[in-house]
Amino acid sequence: MVRLVSGMTVTERQIALVVLLALSLIGLAMAAGGRGDPMGAQGFVVLVFSVGLAFAVMAGYYAPEPDESRLTRYYDDPTKVGIVLTVIWAVVGMAVGVWVASLLAWPELTFVDQAWASFGRLRPVHTSGVIFGFGGNALIATSFHVLQRTSRARLPDQFTPWFVLIGYNLFCIVAASGYLMGITQSKEYAEPEWYADIWLVIVWVVYFLLYLRTLARRKEPHIYVANWYYMAFILVVAVLHIVNNLAVPVSWGHAKSYSLFSGVQDAMTEWWYGHNAVAFFLTSGFLGMMYYYLPKRAGRPIFSYRLSIISFWGITFFYMWAGSHHLHYTALPQWVQTLGMSFSIMLLVPSWASAGNALATLNGAWHKVRDDAVLRFMMVAAVFYGLSTFEGSFMAIRPVNSLSHYTDWTVGHVHAGALGWVAMITFGSLYALVPWMWKRETMYSPKLIEVHFWLALAGTIVYVFAMWNSGIIQGLMWRTYNDGGTLAYSFLDSVEAMHPYYIARAFGGLLFLSGAVVCASNVWLTIRAAQRERRGETGTDVPIVAGAMQAGE
Amino acid sequence: MDVGKQDTVTGRITTGHEWNGIEELETPIPRVVFLFLGAAFVFALICWVLYPTWPLIWTYSKGLLGFDQRATVTRQVEQAAADRSVWTTQVMDKSYTEIEADPALMHLVTETGRTLFIDKCAACHGVNATGGTGFPDLAAKAWLWGGEPETIEETIRIGINSTNADTRTSQMLAFGRDGMLQSGQIADVVAYVRSLSGLAPAEGDAARIEAGKQVFADNCTACHGEDAKGNKDVGAPDLTDANWLYGSDVQAVFTTVYSGRQGHMPNWGAKLPPLDIKILTLYVHSLKKVAP
Repeated sequence: MVRLVSGMTVTERQIALVVLLALSLIGLAMAAGGRGDPMGAQGFVVLVFSVGLAFAVMAGYYAPEPDESRLTRYYDDPTKVGIVLTVIWAVVGMAVGVWVASLLAWPELTFVDQAWASFGRLRPVHTSGVIFGFGGNALIATSFHVLQRTSRARLPDQFTPWFVLIGYNLFCIVAASGYLMGITQSKEYAEPEWYADIWLVIVWVVYFLLYLRTLARRKEPHIYVANWYYMAFILVVAVLHIVNNLAVPVSWGHAKSYSLFSGVQDAMTEWWYGHNAVAFFLTSGFLGMMYYYLPKRAGRPIFSYRLSIISFWGITFFYMWAGSHHLHYTALPQWVQTLGMSFSIMLLVPSWASAGNALATLNGAWHKVRDDAVLRFMMVAAVFYGLSTFEGSFMAIRPVNSLSHYTDWTVGHVHAGALGWVAMITFGSLYALVPWMWKRETMYSPKLIEVHFWLALAGTIVYVFAMWNSGIIQGLMWRTYNDGGTLAYSFLDSVEAMHPYYIARAFGGLLFLSGAVVCASNVWLTIRAAQRERRGETGTDVPIVAGAMQAGE
Repeated sequence: MDVGKQDTVTGRITTGHEWNGIEELETPIPRVVFLFLGAAFVFALICWVLYPTWPLIWTYSKGLLGFDQRATVTRQVEQAAADRSVWTTQVMDKSYTEIEADPALMHLVTETGRTLFIDKCAACHGVNATGGTGFPDLAAKAWLWGGEPETIEETIRIGINSTNADTRTSQMLAFGRDGMLQSGQIADVVAYVRSLSGLAPAEGDAARIEAGKQVFADNCTACHGEDAKGNKDVGAPDLTDANWLYGSDVQAVFTTVYSGRQGHMPNWGAKLPPLDIKILTLYVHSLKKVAP
């Protein structure tokens, strides 16, 4: 802690303390104004969080100022902390995922008769935990790293990146703890209430400005394509988040708010947001990650500069129209549905162009893919990206959607993308990044990376196949008629038919979670080994295996 | 700076830029990308021409097919109803006896009735209609209100203790809580009632049976009858058979007498069309007792 604080100038430490003080006052106001309402509890979370951090800053307050030589180095402390947070959120978010998957297979597992332990409250902890906690931290941590390296510029100051990273995690904690108390806007992937949303807007604007300020300081004549993707991620998520969360709170002291939209307009706004969250959070941001770590690890130039640029604009343009495919056969006017469907089909082209660009970049490095599990993570991610974007365009076709919608097929599709693409590219990038950040040759144990790879791949395949089967069976059972022209199966019949697949899904998830735990241990051991080496204890008990990687800097 | 290098693997030239070791090749966009983009656009164009797609100021482009999802679903529902009417009109027109004498029609009715029953009734009565504590076992035929199809239909339609104006109303009084009987008397009558259906008496109950018989005669016969066979006019259960809605152990029966009971069945007439109620009636009437 003291070491992290000592990286900031004294002025920055003072700014940090002022911000934390202001934040703790906001927390106090929420706790006082929201007494008798769940918002009071949220206020205490904010209060404890900010006061705790203020103590941490004060502990390092009198550490000597960082000398001027820091400006000749990149500022990587926030990235390092971001990596640790990423791994923690991965384990927590995925563990809750296995929990809710088990609840679906064995509902009697609700072992405590408490509202917080019910499926409805735990599920958003899983979704937000993995998307925002795991994915978001990974994006922030890697974006700081990629931004500095590809701009050859240090972050403009030492306070802003911490504000972004820590402020973002405060949002995640407030969101997750709120779900357990029953606070939700009932908008999928936009569950946090108005005060959390406002805070995220502040953090996000600072994030975007930080990005622009660093880019403005760049020593490279051109902006590398990864930064385009990261910037699209930041900018568009801000727009989506603000519009979809327009709402009027019941009062300043209540967590509850009412959306500005109602009925089908609300549904359309939500899925315009929801689908573009997939596009710009889970795709664009991670493509930025891929465009840096994959060529770096493979030691190969990007297959085609032009392809990466037209894919970028293709994805950015087409995705914006696609959200209405979530509302086929609903009260949404049909012309909006046709638009959503047709743009979803065209979207496949830039998606596959991106996946193809990644895979073609590996030409000349396939022997590394064979030998290096880190690169294999990234390769498999690109393959799953291609597969799930194809599946997504396919499912957006109205008649296909009439079978797949409301079934587990959708869940399977999301996880093909989330496990196969997002998590795989993240783990691959983390394994490349961690040794660079902690100045080691390799991860503590390359063997554990190999173990993680196979656990993750097996888990993804078991999960996705289980949900394909389950979803298609559900869809068919819901549309099978008997001789008399009545539905042949009751809803309960279809629930019973899901049971074996739900068990398989929980098992697949467990495999994937085990992989994340292996990753966490490996990262932990790497950091510890690095610290021991720095203290000059490099001993014979640390296995340093020369890998197939290149130095990062 | 902007002079590319040749990549040894592909033979391509790089763009000449380099970011921390990453370079990009000047590979032209593969033709297949344009081909697919063209194909996808043609597909989209066909959709736009055929289906309603583009918003105009006051309306939207209707598409050549004149396709409208509301009209389509209305037509499909009408068509499905017309297809079903082959047998559903028979169900509506014929009497219960006539329908039950027609195996082909009964096959269609029970097939449909099963789905309907599980979707609407199974939440309380169970998938196999065997009920549970507080919810009657419909397969056991221990009818509270009568097992004739017409009576079953009435029960489904107006419900029991429901919000319907004509609801069947039934209540087991809270003899203990409301001070009509002392605890000892309740224990006596519980022992007696349990003995009626041949249950093994609990410890000390044998001595109570005689006294309980008197308590029963004084308090319970109005509804349950002198012979304790119940009264279907008020939904009072037969106490001599082996069916126990709220359990047969001493504690459960004691609670019933002490605190009373009042079950609830919704009036499905408010939610289901007469056809569905008739199908459900036939289905329930056709249920066979499930082996325990």
